[in-house]
Amino acid sequence: MRLVVHNMLQCHVKGCNSNNFPLRLFDVELEIHEIEFNPQFLQSLLPKLDWNAFISTANQIGITSLPQTLPEEIDEDFLKNLHRILFETHIMQGKMVCSNCSHEYPIKEGIPNMLLNEEEAEEEAEVEAEAEED
Amino acid sequence: MSRPEHQAPPEIYYNDEEAKKYTSNTRIQSIQAELTYRALEILNLPENEPAFLLDIGCGSGLSGEILDEEGHMWVGMDISPSMLQVALDREVEGDLFLQDIGQGMGFRPGTFDGAISISVLQWLCNADRSSHNPKSRLTRFFTTLYSSLRRGAKAVFQFYPENDDQCELIMNAAMRCGFEGGLVIDYPNSKKAKKYFLCLFAGQIPTENGKPKIPKALGEDGEDEPNTIIYSSQRIQERQRTKGRHRKSIKEKDWVLHKKDIARMRGTKNVPLDSKYTARKRKPRF
Repeated sequence: MRLVVHNMLQCHVKGCNSNNFPLRLFDVELEIHEIEFNPQFLQSLLPKLDWNAFISTANQIGITSLPQTLPEEIDEDFLKNLHRILFETHIMQGKMVCSNCSHEYPIKEGIPNMLLNEEEAEEEAEVEAEAEED
Repeated sequence: MSRPEHQAPPEIYYNDEEAKKYTSNTRIQSIQAELTYRALEILNLPENEPAFLLDIGCGSGLSGEILDEEGHMWVGMDISPSMLQVALDREVEGDLFLQDIGQGMGFRPGTFDGAISISVLQWLCNADRSSHNPKSRLTRFFTTLYSSLRRGAKAVFQFYPENDDQCELIMNAAMRCGFEGGLVIDYPNSKKAKKYFLCLFAGQIPTENGKPKIPKALGEDGEDEPNTIIYSSQRIQERQRTKGRHRKSIKEKDWVLHKKDIARMRGTKNVPLDSKYTARKRKPRF
């Protein structure tokens, strides 16, 4: 999983609606897979990025080469560094933990396991049933 | 037509063996590729602009590969670990998630520029566990999908509905969650080439000229079927032929005489005498 996708991800346990982003990372192993640098696409993606969450995540996994706020003027070096961190840094092993409901999502071979357990699914069914009764 | 969703839940049906078979089958590859191209066509993304897409039920990344080729960045999710393993082995570019789409997805609002899904939605209509309720699972899926799509984004689902009820169930769930859109049925008059595409709009951008239109289906005016995929019924015919003609009858003269001998040895009464008529084949009457 790339960091850019982590920045888009929040906890999806039913009823866990606040303080569920970003998921905190633990025991991560990182790998770099190089891909083509596309400044145009990166620029178009910047508004979608939650910069504060991104910085705190980067700090958790030991990347400190980023400024605390998104700079006004963006030069090529900055974009290249960003490209490296967002698109080429993959989280291969570890786990993600929701700060609100503390659900753990394990990551294996770069694939996060987003399956919820039966209880969380049942709760879901009950809420739905109540909604239909109304 | 056999329906794998009737046999087992997806995470069990697509085991290591089935996932490998599925991915290495050239017929499935070409069908999936064609469906993906058609879905992209319906999605109608702005040209030469890489988009951030979601592939729902990405499987081994057959459809994702095409998204790569087209220069898009994508995130795929699937419930079958074996399929995802094959995708890893094939080194697809997208990010993969092990996820049950019936439990919803946790992407921040407005993340994706579009979503595609090839041959997946019919799986959601089954209740594979006692706690599953297809209706609420569909609702949960469409609600979370709606919020994770950018405003004005489209989602295109190719699926194989079993009957009209299933179609209606899916459409109703989608509409209740705020989607607009409808079904595009390609080659509606053909049995084999008929394909269902559910085309959904997540909100609209009002500055565009009027409402977004549902794209036109292929083959509606009696156009010819595509001949890129060759459908064949050869195997079935062959099986029937061997059944009818080449099989020998077990109850031939030797067998009948043998049986009668045994009956006489045991002292059974009224064993008919052997004659030239014994076990003789009747003439065809007509």
